[in-house]
Amino acid sequence: MRVFGKAGHLLAGTSGADRVVPPTGFTARLTVFTAAAMAFLAVFALALSLATDRLATRWSEALARTATIRISAPPEQAATQLANALAVLETTPGIASSRALDDTERTALLEPWFGPDLPLDALRIPEMIEIVETAEGVDVAGLRARLAGEAPGAVYDDHTRWRAPLVRAAERLRLLGLLSLALISAATAAMITLAAQAALAANDRVIAALRLIGALDTFIARAFVRRFTLRALSGAALGTGLGMIAVALLPSAGEAGGFLTGLGFSGANWLLPLTIPLIASLVAFAATRYAAFRQLRKTT
Amino acid sequence: MIELQDVAYSYGNGTLLGDVSLQLAPGSFHFLTGPSGAGKSTLLKLCYMELLPSAGQLSIFGRDVTEMNRDEVARTRRRIGVVHQDCQFLDHLPLTDNLALPLDVSGRDASTEAQNLTELMAWVGLSARADALPPQLSGGERQRAALARAVIMDPEIVLADEPTGNVDWEMSLRLLQLLIELNRMGKTILVATHDLNLIRAAKAQVSARVLRIAQGTLTLAGADL
Repeated sequence: MRVFGKAGHLLAGTSGADRVVPPTGFTARLTVFTAAAMAFLAVFALALSLATDRLATRWSEALARTATIRISAPPEQAATQLANALAVLETTPGIASSRALDDTERTALLEPWFGPDLPLDALRIPEMIEIVETAEGVDVAGLRARLAGEAPGAVYDDHTRWRAPLVRAAERLRLLGLLSLALISAATAAMITLAAQAALAANDRVIAALRLIGALDTFIARAFVRRFTLRALSGAALGTGLGMIAVALLPSAGEAGGFLTGLGFSGANWLLPLTIPLIASLVAFAATRYAAFRQLRKTT
Repeated sequence: MIELQDVAYSYGNGTLLGDVSLQLAPGSFHFLTGPSGAGKSTLLKLCYMELLPSAGQLSIFGRDVTEMNRDEVARTRRRIGVVHQDCQFLDHLPLTDNLALPLDVSGRDASTEAQNLTELMAWVGLSARADALPPQLSGGERQRAALARAVIMDPEIVLADEPTGNVDWEMSLRLLQLLIELNRMGKTILVATHDLNLIRAAKAQVSARVLRIAQGTLTLAGADL
């Protein structure tokens, strides 16, 4: 709360503190540009982080409740084992639905590798059963044991093998997005600290003169902190606005949308980028305040 | 008001001041003279805490300066008006804003002090130069403006470091008259100068002690002035 109190006091400003620092066109533009560029990148890092979070959740939820049973049996036993397996599934707790895939569906599964005109009569494809589990899930060990007895050619696959790495990859991407946001904040702080230090060093005579006429450190620091905070706020607001427009203009995610087309914000998430200018100004406030008091300690 | 007891000031391996004792009583007028580099400016800087003594005790308004924190130093400086040798103006601000700076930094509203500011500008003869930037002022105007800024907070002590260093004799006398007026208003004055003619002109009008500083020691000057 103390920080917000200081920030409020800072933004309220005083006419004296505003005027004591000479206008500096170049560093002002540099700070605004830096804040704008960083905010623009932060919007994309945030979008990436949110998109991967959605992706991980979607993959995790969608794949967690589905499983397949493949029946690799001699042709004369395939139909019998299929029927037996379906019968087992009907009486297994935790199975919401189960159905055998028809020839068209099985052909479609192989289409990405063999093309659309796959002759099923020339190539034996195992029978497939698609299973949707209930929220409670199924006793996998028990189901496998029953299948082994009723349909020895049935192989239960709950997608764990390839679901886990996908979800892990999405989680890593989300962490990378968050790490990017942290790095962008740190880089913004570093650049604003450097710009503030340059401005403070260039105005060391002004600072010394103010101290000699009785200015408190807080008065002098406020003049610089206010200036850099407002520059960071205006630059970040500009960069955030441009970033949000750019994200909005990305191709929309369709039914078959892949990873990149799902990068945009959705719903209330559109409000999250609006915190970027606020965070940038807080970062600038802290960075300039640190630099100002460090410089002031060198004066009497 | 300001008391130095066996104060020494050293820099690097050299000692500029050694065992200096001085007491500035309320309403007194002191001149500090001596050759260039003798330590006149250093002694003044000690009096407004731009420098701190290497040894001895320095008290300002009854407070040992070594016990003051930075905020206390700043608040104490508001009670001491200083005319710096180089004036210490902010070149981007017009004269009126420069004069009002001590009001701004102490949190007083310069707009409510506008009448005082106008009178002060007239007192130093700079009413017509209110909007000029410091680099546009002549040497004499800068010194008078520096004096105006030094007294805008109605300080109890006024310290002036070579206030007539860059001005002609006529302007020197005018500045001297302003300092004498301030002393008659009850302010304690300490002027560092190497201009003996200025000191003689002052002694004809005001009771002033003349201190000579040389080779690190402070002595009371005699009638040889």
